[in-house]
Parts: sequence; C-alpha cells; structure tokens
Amino acid sequence: MTARNDLAAAAPWVEAKQQAGTLILALGGPWITQRIGKQAVALAATPPGAARRVNLDIAAVEAMDTAGAWLVYKTVKHFRAQGLEVELIGAGKATASLIETVAKSDVPCPPPPAAENAVIAMIARVGAATFFVGREARDLTNFLGHTVVVLLRLAVRPWRLRWTAWISHMEQAGLNALPIIGLISFLIGVVLAYQGADQLARFGAQIFTVNLVAVGVLREMGILLTAIMVAGRSGSAFTAQIGTMTVNEEVDAMRAIGLDPMEVLVVPRVLALVVVMPLLTFYADIMGLLGGAVMATAVLDISFVRFARQLSEAVTMWSFWIGILKAPIFGFIISLVGCYEGLKVSRSAESVGRQTTRAVVEAVFLVIVLDAMFSIMFSFLKI
Amino acid sequence: MDPQSDHDTPIIRIRDLSTRFGTQVIHENLDLDVMAREVIGVVGGSGTGKSVLLREIVGLMRPASGRIEVFGQDTRALDDAGWRTLQRRWGLLFQDGALFSSLTVAQNIDVPLKEHTKLDRVLRRELVDIKIALAGLPPEAANKYPSELSGGMRKRAGLARALALDPEILFLDEPTAGLDPIGASRFDQLIGQLQRALGLTVVMITHDLDSLYAICDRVAVLTGKRVKVGTIEVLLCEPDPWIQDYFNGPRGRAAAGTAQPPDGHRVGDREAVGREEDNV
Repeated sequence: MTARNDLAAAAPWVEAKQQAGTLILALGGPWITQRIGKQAVALAATPPGAARRVNLDIAAVEAMDTAGAWLVYKTVKHFRAQGLEVELIGAGKATASLIETVAKSDVPCPPPPAAENAVIAMIARVGAATFFVGREARDLTNFLGHTVVVLLRLAVRPWRLRWTAWISHMEQAGLNALPIIGLISFLIGVVLAYQGADQLARFGAQIFTVNLVAVGVLREMGILLTAIMVAGRSGSAFTAQIGTMTVNEEVDAMRAIGLDPMEVLVVPRVLALVVVMPLLTFYADIMGLLGGAVMATAVLDISFVRFARQLSEAVTMWSFWIGILKAPIFGFIISLVGCYEGLKVSRSAESVGRQTTRAVVEAVFLVIVLDAMFSIMFSFLKI
Repeated sequence: MDPQSDHDTPIIRIRDLSTRFGTQVIHENLDLDVMAREVIGVVGGSGTGKSVLLREIVGLMRPASGRIEVFGQDTRALDDAGWRTLQRRWGLLFQDGALFSSLTVAQNIDVPLKEHTKLDRVLRRELVDIKIALAGLPPEAANKYPSELSGGMRKRAGLARALALDPEILFLDEPTAGLDPIGASRFDQLIGQLQRALGLTVVMITHDLDSLYAICDRVAVLTGKRVKVGTIEVLLCEPDPWIQDYFNGPRGRAAAGTAQPPDGHRVGDREAVGREEDNV
C-alpha cells in the first residue's frame, strides 16, 4: 500500500483472450480509486462470445481498494447472471477478503427522489411563502402582545427590571453606535446639501439648500438612517445573541430555573432601544445639519451664521419633533423583531444565521412601512 | 504487501513537535510514531492538545516548530500538489460528522469522489452505496439530509465520507463521544472491522476506555506536554499519576474487566455488519 504513490503514472489494464471455450480476463496494474478510468469500467462489459467459462486472473494486480474490488465483484456477478461459470484466480488473502467485504456491502440504495415539475414547484413555493408571511405576521403580533403584557407587569413591579442588562444594552446599542451613525449622518448632510445646491442654483435659490437639508435631515433622513443602522447593528445582534443562547439551551435552562426569558432577555433589549433611539436620532440630526453646514460653507459661500439664521426660518419645531417622536416606536419595532427571531431559532447554528438575516430584513421593512404611514398621518394632520 | 513488514515502518513520524498558544505551551519536543496498519488511541486530559495534535498532522494548524512526516514526506516541505495527493490518502472523521448540511448523505460521500477522481457518475453512485453499507447505514439513509439523522448515524455517514477515497490512514476525533454505550461499542466494532478489511491505519482521539480496550493496538497518552506510547499493559507500569488515575480509576478497571481481545466477539452480538468479521 505504501507504494501507491509510485504507481501514480501507472493505469489499471485488462487483457481478454479466448482459449478453448474459456474467456480469460487478465487484470493488472493498480486497481484503486485514484487510477481507475474508462478502460477499467469497460471490464464488466467484455462480451463473453461463445465462451462458457470465464477465468478472472487478478494475480498481476498491484494494488486494490474497494473501488477495484467492486469492479471485480461486479464483473463476476455480471457473468454469473448470464449463466457462465466464473473463477477468480490469483487473489491473495487480503484481496480476497476485501472482495468479500465489498460483496457483503452490495446493498443498492434507493435512487434520489426525482425533482418535481418546475412550474408546480414554483407555485408550491409561492404558496408556502405566502402562508409563511401570514403566520409570521400573526406570530409577531402575538409576540408584540406578549411583550406589552410583560412590560405592563414590570411597570407595576419595577424592581424586577434587569437594570444591569438594560444599561449594558444601552451602551452597546447606543454609545457604541455613535461613531458610525455620526459619520453616516454627516455624509448624508453633505450629499443632500451638494445635490440640492446643484439643482437650486439653476433658479438662483441656493439659500434654500438650507431648507432642503434641514427638513430632509430632521423629518426623514436622520431617523431613517439611524433606524436602519440600528437594525443592522443591534437588531441583528439581538437575534444572534438570543439565537446562540437558544442553540446552547441557555433559554431552556432559564425557563427550567424559573426565569422568564421575556423578562430577562427581551425587556432589557426593548427598553434599551426605546430609550436610546431618540437620543441617537437627535445626535444624527445634529451631525446631518453639521454636514450640510460644512458643505454650504465650503461650496456655496453660505456662512455658518447665515446657515443658522436660515435654519431657524426654514423649520418649525414640529420638523424636529416628528423625527424624534418616531424614534422610540422604531426602536421598539427593531428590538421586537430582533428578539422574536432570536427566540425562534431552532437548535442549529445554521438557523442562527438565517434568523439574523430575516430579523434585519423584517425590521428595515417594518420601519420603512411605518415611516410611510407616519408621513400620510402627518400630512392629514397638516404638520 | 506483507503486513508484518509493514508494521515496522512508521507511517506517521513526528519529531520535536512544539505547539504554543501565546505563552501557553501545549506540546514540547513531542515525538510520536504511528505504524502502518495499527490502531492507535490518543488520550489525555482536557487541554493537553489531542485535537491540536491531530489538526497539526492533517495540516489544519501549524505547529510552532518540529517535523511531521506522513508516508515519509515532510508535510511542511510539500507544495500544493503534494498536499492534495497527500490529502487523498487520509480520511478524517470530525466529532459530529461535520457533514455538509445542504447535501444528502449520498451527496456528502460523493463530494471527495467527484472532486478527486475521474470515475463516472454510475460508478461513483455504486461506490457511494458500498460506503454507506460499509459504514453500517441503512440504504434509506442515502437520500436523507444530515439534520434528519441521529447523532450515531451522522457519525457513520461522516465515516463513510472519510472512507470515500479509500484512504490509507483514518483519523477519528472522538468517534464514540455522544453515543449511547450500545451505539459506541457498535461503532468501535465497525472501526475494527473496517480497519482489518481495508488495511487501514487508524489514529483515534478518544476518552472512551472501552474503545481503547476493544480496538486499539497501542495507546498514546498526552501528558506533561509529551506523549507516552505503548500497549495498555505497558502503560499500566508508568508511574505518571494521570496515567495511573486514568487506567486504574474505577472506570478504567471496569473497562479492563469487560475488555475482550481486539479480535473477539461480544457474546450475543447480532449486529448486521458484525458478520463481516468471520471472513476477515
């Protein structure tokens, strides 16, 4: 066996000759998985012709593994099935026992199930996905109700709140998100100012760039970008954390000890995002306006002072409050979806990844749908 | 291919192997020889670097220093093509089978065949079926996904994949961990049978004293950053406290009490693949 590598260049061979009504098949070379090619596979297909006996001479075989043994065994089986007498010659003790082992393992497995009709499969998939979305919506609403009940229960007994977890999640989701949210908001302010100035300059109304930046950032951009960033950063982290705990049976252990995972895991995360989101949005607003102001100074020759004066004329307090008011609601939704998907993880690492992706997609989707609904509502209220 | 002469040449030779994680020294000047066609059990307390040693032999980790020769080739001196050739000559069974979860059992076993051989689809399928039967899996398991299998069946499927290319060396990482005692002893027997039928060299990491007594020719004990190798009888005379505790503890004595010679049958065993033994 150790000589296998030296056989790298060699190939298995078969020699067939007829001799007085006997077909003699002489095999030689390495009959191993690595070296077997077409010629070896053709072995079993050798026509016996007029021969009534087959002698299979494997004395010249230099090495044999299960693949070679299988081909030899298959050949023997094939000729025996045709009513021929078959004799195996020249098998050493080890080879004979290998062929014996392979013969014992000749248990064909059922073929893989045939693929379904593509059209039917697609319709079935659409149907299944529709039902899935329906069930998901129902379960998420259910979870929302459950969370609210637990929150109300905690409002009556506030000392049961997990303060350490709450503060720690606020730090992770809020404080640690400051650099990235600040940077993105600043850049969005820059982009809005630049693009706006480009268009408004055609009407000589460059100063209204300030209005564009202010309204855009305060009402929509600040809160939306913050929500999307938080969904990607913290919503996914919630799912991954709780999901990993589910995989490790930590959540089951909690239940067994008498701790409510809703109270221990979900509530601190939900409350953390509800508190942190308005703060982050406020910070994003400031950074966005700053970006717009820097751009205005650098490119449009609108000084900081003029920018500030124009700003106070352009926006009412409502523009600011609309953004801030949406923040806790979005935070609630993001953390709700994150925790819900985390608790839905089944006991495999794979499902942690799947649920995490789902949590982010669902959270961003819900945030944008809600944002659109808020827009409609505010336009009815004329603010 | 006289087995007796094969027994004298080390198929794996490790010299002066040292492993460090930061300041923590795992192995220091470790020497180990694995002979062709033997079953060697690697034991040791937690954190003594059993899995690390195995990972270093198969090239998943690099030792800090030292020399590892497999089939007489220095593994650190090999180029990519050399590695690929070498990798085809060993099979690896990870702790929980490490099957690809998106593929069925049959497809899992087919992966190395498809990747490394020129066999056509029909022959590959036939070989996969043989490997499934060799590993003691029922034919229905072929089209199941890993998530639909029990732990014991996943290990058998992993074993079938490890055997796909008819390797000369089989590395097993805790093959019986997580199996119930009956499943574990069947798995031991299966490995013993395959080892004899296919002429394998088996390196297995284990905690299972029953496995050591049942199928291992020699045992390598990782202790004090080195390794002590020998048959169990020889190791019993070692003064090392860990070895004494291990083999002479209540579990060790219990395993010794029920142990049988590696070729023996357990009375009343009616396992299907058990029949193979009679013909070897």
